[in-house]
Order: sequence, then structure tokens, then C-alpha cells
Amino acid sequence: MAATVSYDDVEVGTALPAKTFPVQRQNLVMYAGASGDFNVIHWNERVATAVGLPNVIAHGMFTMAEASRVLTEWVGDPAAVVEYGVRFTKPVVVPDDDKGAELEVIGVVTDKLDDRRVAVELTARSGADKVLGKAKAVLQLA
Amino acid sequence: MSAADAIGRTYPKLPPYEVGREKIREFAEAIGDRNPAYLDAAAAQKLGHPDVIAPPTFPIIFTMRSTGAAVLDPELGIDYSRVVHGEQRFVYQRPVHAGDRLVCETTVEDLKNRAGSIFLYMRTDVTTEDGEQVLAAYSVIVSRAPEKES
Repeated sequence: MAATVSYDDVEVGTALPAKTFPVQRQNLVMYAGASGDFNVIHWNERVATAVGLPNVIAHGMFTMAEASRVLTEWVGDPAAVVEYGVRFTKPVVVPDDDKGAELEVIGVVTDKLDDRRVAVELTARSGADKVLGKAKAVLQLA
Repeated sequence: MSAADAIGRTYPKLPPYEVGREKIREFAEAIGDRNPAYLDAAAAQKLGHPDVIAPPTFPIIFTMRSTGAAVLDPELGIDYSRVVHGEQRFVYQRPVHAGDRLVCETTVEDLKNRAGSIFLYMRTDVTTEDGEQVLAAYSVIVSRAPEKES
């Protein structure tokens, strides 16, 4: 484990670099194949709308994975993420157009812990919706 | 079944899941993440890892297979057609890396009925075949209450 961020350089309130991720149908098809989650609501608009969704929605786990990139890209070594959890509050709705959806993720250090670890809280939005709740991680810093 | 009967119930382990370099690459590409630690064994070794490591959420691939047994356990009363993923959390002892052969064991931690919706809280302990603890995955699956007829 070799985080590139030093515990000594971080304070409660330190912001992680924010990121915006485009989410298109192609991303969901790739994620379905890679993860093995082929639930049709993630790629079939006919079925998604029939069960009451506004359109095809991203896998919650895809959203969780994208959001984690704010953590891993900040610390350098992804192994520095020692705990990561989210609640799935709203889906990311992905229309079948050239733009798709956008996922905006910000992160902030909320606590300095023992053993050179910090707690980070993420906020993930798509359009007006907060799509993850209780999105928290513990990172092992250098 | 009552929550008291369900809590602590464990499900048979599946055969080990073998983590492959190309599966990690495929997963990393699907989430658009080109971190060298996922793609290049030499880069991962420079960070102190034995081989390429997996992204933090990669373990969902094999832990979800394991939790399936609980979700589909008829005695827990989950209606799979009404299931949504409520929460997910991972606690890692070390990163998963290529070459790992991992065994999952899922335990029911809680079962709650809230206004007709069933909340199933599960923990999946992930170890190597030799018993080394690698991570624990905590999942909450919600079987939504049927809509009331109007």
C-alpha cells in the first residue's frame, strides 16, 4: 500500500478533486458484461418503462464504482481504500441519446482517524438527484 | 419466517472464484478507470502488490453470487421480482489481486419488515482457500412491498 497523499497534509474539510463522469448506454452494456449483472432494466428501455422507471437506469454498483474513482485517483494506490460503502437513494437515468447522463462526484475529508487513516464522505449527483446516500470511505494515507 | 430464525443463517460456500488479470482489466475498462495498478503487473508491484489489484467494487462479482442463495431462500420471503439493491459496503483487509482463489460465505445479519417491504441485511466473508481474510461485503437487499390495489 503506497498512498501518495500524506496524512499530515490533510485536514478535516480538505476537498478531494471533483470529477464528472459521462454515463451512456454503452457504459452500462460494458458494465453488465464485466460484472455479470444482466438485469434488463439496465439496457432495455421497453422493459424499464414497463416496470415504471423513467428510462433505462445505471446499475447502482456502476454508480458506486464511478464514485470510487474520486477516492482512488486522489490517493494513487487503490489499495489505500480500506472501507467503502454507499446507500442507493436514486437511480441514474440514462436516455438513449448522444449525451446520456452525467454523474458529478465530490468528496471531502470529514474526520482524521488513528493509524494515519481519514474518513471521507462523497456526494454523487445526476441532474437534480442525489443518487448515493451515506457514501463514506476510510482511506489509509502515507 | 421470523427474523430471529433467520439471523445467523449461513449458506453453503460455492467453489472458489479465481481472480484473473484479464477479468480485472475488463472490469476496469467498463468503469473507465485506467489506473496502472489494475492493468500493469509491474506498476502494481512497484506499489508493493504481488500482481495487478482489483478496483474496490470488483468483489461484487463474486459476493453477489454468494448472496444469491440467501436472496433466493424461499424461507426468507424475498420476492425476487421486487428486489432492489439498497446498500453496499466493503471492508478490506487487503486488496484483491490476480491469482487469488477466493471463497465466500454469506450470513444473514438481520431481516426487517418495514411497512410490508422486507430488508435483508447480509454479510459475505471473503477468504482465500487457506483461510486468509481478504474482505467482508455488507449488502442490504430490499424486497419492495406490493402496491396496494386502488
